[in-house]
Amino acid sequence: MDKTLFQYLLRLGDGDLILAQRLGALIGHGPILEEDMALANTALDILGQARMWLTLAGEIEGAGRDEDALAYHRDAPQFLNPLLVERPNGDYAQTMARQFFYDVWHYYLLQSLAKSADERVAAIAAKGIKEVAYHVRRSSDLAVRLGDGTDESHARMQAAVDELWRYTGELFTDDEIDRDVAARGLGCELASLREPWLAHVRDVLQEATLTVPDEAQAYHALLRGGRQGRHTEDLGYVLAEMQHLQRAYPGAAW
Amino acid sequence: MSKEWPLWEVFIRSQHGLAHKHVGSLHAPDAEMAINNARDVYTRRNEGLSIWVVRASDIVASSPSDKEPLFEPANDKVYRHPTFFPMPDEIHM
Repeated sequence: MDKTLFQYLLRLGDGDLILAQRLGALIGHGPILEEDMALANTALDILGQARMWLTLAGEIEGAGRDEDALAYHRDAPQFLNPLLVERPNGDYAQTMARQFFYDVWHYYLLQSLAKSADERVAAIAAKGIKEVAYHVRRSSDLAVRLGDGTDESHARMQAAVDELWRYTGELFTDDEIDRDVAARGLGCELASLREPWLAHVRDVLQEATLTVPDEAQAYHALLRGGRQGRHTEDLGYVLAEMQHLQRAYPGAAW
Repeated sequence: MSKEWPLWEVFIRSQHGLAHKHVGSLHAPDAEMAINNARDVYTRRNEGLSIWVVRASDIVASSPSDKEPLFEPANDKVYRHPTFFPMPDEIHM
């Protein structure tokens, strides 16, 4: 088994899965019907991508675990999502700031993975990138509308950006797994995504009349580690809700 | 300013359709968001190739009370229907 590739795929799949679960909790609670459906669409797109990554991870592992086994029967320390996606939904500014930061990163990540030497990885990335291009368009648009909106929406959006900014450094911090997968041409070095990410994010935040936080603020050593399995307390609650049915009734099916 | 977002009518040209067809309406603060919302509300099942949105308030509609002067005069002008041409048997429905 290619253990590093397996873990790399879990990181990709878990990031999508946990964010989709977070967004799923908002279905039926959107501020208006149109926004509710748009956010649900995004959640479903990302969940679809999570399923493909986890299915492929299960195949690589070769231990008979499918997407469901990986999603429902692992505990928090085995989840390898970045901390950003497990941050609570908060108010709508927080939901959209989290989404905006993730979408832009996700876009450049998939663009890079579409060139992977592993054609299964390349195919999943190429399929996802069309969806994510729309996610970026939508969350960038909403970031501008909230930032450059009323006094209250501006203040909330700025607070959300400042708060979540501290979790963005993790998205660009490579460890030996990232470097190994990148060296073999299967994945990419996250540090290489930093520049295009920052350029897009800066443009949007400036258009939104928001202050771009200091770069150094993004790299607090305590606010990363999700991709190595070290999570905040919040993930436990996400998993409790997501996994409850399969834990209580193992193998239950629709 | 009203707190309620304006209403937009949505028209979609489907995969094989030649003309845009009215599919419904939605609320949005401006045209750009109306297009995005139309995409999310009305094209979830791959319905469209092209979207038009127009503010509902910009649509000028005929009044139901004008029904008689507008439409009834056509009723007794059967010659406007192509029913007087002899049709070959093969293409009779």
